[in-house]
Amino acid sequence: MTAAEGSSGNRRGGAVLLDAVLHFRALGLVVVLVALVGSTWLANSRFLSAQSIRDILLATALTLLLACGMTMVVVGRGIDLSVASVLGLSAFGTATVLRDHPGLPVPLAALVGVAIGAACGAVNGVVIAYGRVPALVATLGTLYVFRGLVYFLAGGSRVNAGELPRSFLDFGTARVLGVPWLFLIAVLVLLVVGEFLRRHRAGRDLYAIGSHEEAARLAGLPIPSRLLLAYVVSGTLAGLGGVLYAARYGTVDASAGYGMELDIVAAVVVGGVAIFGGSGSVYGAALGALLLTVINNALPVLGVDPFWQRAVVGALIIAAIALDRLVARRVATSLRWGDAHVR
Amino acid sequence: MSAEADRRPLRLPRRLAGWDAAVVLLTVLTLAVASGAVDEFGTTRNATFLILDLAPVLLLALPMTLIVVSGEIDLSVASTVGLTSALMGELWAGGWPLETIVPLAVLAGAVLGAFNGLLVTFLGLPSLAVTIGTLALYRGLAYVLLGDTAVADFARDYTRWTIGSLGGGWVPNVVPPILLLVVLFALVLHATPVGRSIFAMGANDTAAAFAGVPVERTKFWLYVVSGAVAGLVGVYWTLRYSTARADNAEGLELTVVAAVLLGGVSIYGGRGTLLGVVAGVVLLTSLQNALRLAKVSADALTVVTGTLLILSVLLPNLAAALRARPRRRALPPAAPGGPAPPPAAPPPAPEPTRRDGSTP
Repeated sequence: MTAAEGSSGNRRGGAVLLDAVLHFRALGLVVVLVALVGSTWLANSRFLSAQSIRDILLATALTLLLACGMTMVVVGRGIDLSVASVLGLSAFGTATVLRDHPGLPVPLAALVGVAIGAACGAVNGVVIAYGRVPALVATLGTLYVFRGLVYFLAGGSRVNAGELPRSFLDFGTARVLGVPWLFLIAVLVLLVVGEFLRRHRAGRDLYAIGSHEEAARLAGLPIPSRLLLAYVVSGTLAGLGGVLYAARYGTVDASAGYGMELDIVAAVVVGGVAIFGGSGSVYGAALGALLLTVINNALPVLGVDPFWQRAVVGALIIAAIALDRLVARRVATSLRWGDAHVR
Repeated sequence: MSAEADRRPLRLPRRLAGWDAAVVLLTVLTLAVASGAVDEFGTTRNATFLILDLAPVLLLALPMTLIVVSGEIDLSVASTVGLTSALMGELWAGGWPLETIVPLAVLAGAVLGAFNGLLVTFLGLPSLAVTIGTLALYRGLAYVLLGDTAVADFARDYTRWTIGSLGGGWVPNVVPPILLLVVLFALVLHATPVGRSIFAMGANDTAAAFAGVPVERTKFWLYVVSGAVAGLVGVYWTLRYSTARADNAEGLELTVVAAVLLGGVSIYGGRGTLLGVVAGVVLLTSLQNALRLAKVSADALTVVTGTLLILSVLLPNLAAALRARPRRRALPPAAPGGPAPPPAAPPPAPEPTRRDGSTP
């Protein structure tokens, strides 16, 4: 009895501490963001012009969208390395459909792109949840399969902006009260996924699965269907991302979004979503996505060689997980001390 | 995890032997069919090229096998190749002699590997996340060094030797040193206490630590060796194409991981043989070579590689699930589909070990 009591009190203390740490994390990210924006603005005041801010929001939109799906997957102790390939497949598919069927209503074409994404996500999900292939292996495989498919379909060709309907391209740059429409879509998705993960039963199940799969199984959670859901959502959002990519850039070739999965993983990890599941929120991932985009936009302004971008992404991933580990150690140590105190 | 441990040992040896033999058989079959069906495939000229193409994958697969058997992974190998290649280019452009550059490149690779190893063992970070990070970091640093320029015109003596053949025949000069390395790695993995301890920590690294295996130290050195071999491949790659570019060997980590898994090494650690991996490498590269000769586009190759990677894990899982089916009825609520691997990456167990090993 006492042991059970002790452990439950312990857990509550842990949860409170973890909350504090996550809040601190978000606060830290905000501080870094403000400092970065501030110093870049001092270096060049045009960095905060309306146009430049719109560029940042537009660029954040895509990362944010994909990071939402990735958060769901990572919370459930998985990873989806194929998102960038799915985005490429969907972007090229949407653009091709629009070019080949000029009369087609734009929403229908967008639906095609989203459906492509959902189908890709379903492939990942079935292989991982039912075929019991580790997510890393499965999505590393589909990363190349889907990208190979785009190259195969494109065969070196590309779709130019001139071949796409005007209304579609306008949609890519349209604004509401000065805010890019694409960014608003991404924020809407963020809120929905955030709410889902926080309150919805299936969302909570993902945290349970990510924390301890065996325990979740013994508690009777439908693990395969929950994992399938996470991967289908991730694929669907990547598909939506592909549609938005095509609308924003207009010119789409087979390499659309190439290598973007690293940015997404970085955004999620930097945002405090633990790579081994069970903790983190989609809002943290959103902050991570914003930070990455701001860094990418700030480097050229600060006069740093743009070739540094990739190295910075890698360093950020490592710094974020190292920080997580150090914090986790601190938490564990303080919990142990707190325990001793109580007894 | 425990259900997995209970059930596995019973049928594993048989299944493993079966998978190994199957891959070797499949490899021989592929070679035979390809030399019959594809015109140019069976020629000695093509054999030379095939071996030259195969060399980097095989070399990187050797330490990768050890790392995956130990329950970890290293996705940064191709980026390490790129960075050491860029470093070679930078030093060569700076007028250094190749005699100095080559050992420096291998040393640089070892240092990059040691960085991975430190993060994984000392800080206790998950190797998947660490090496995804260094995959981006090392490739990024390669671009920082060289940008999108290339350094070419390396010393003729060296580049000629790299693509040359023994005594003017068709067996490339690089074959003896590579064979030596293969034998060395096979001996270490299968015939030394170190090799046994690698299997032990891959199966359960807490148990291995309690049995006195220096888990952290061994893993650290595995990453150092992996980095050094990647540095060596960077040298080979640069000399073979006589070009140092930041994007050298980009994406090669997929082929290496695919070959290792195809060779029957379990992604969960603790199982695999080097013979199977060698067969897996030969199978994958000769398949790619044959497809290329048959004028199948390079895009189909990536699809084939990715599919093989997934199938190499999916098929054994399905087979195990089918075999476990009657048993499942006997144990009603047990995990469907037999062993229940965590969906994310290899090491579900290492956490306790780390606490044992690194919080003295």
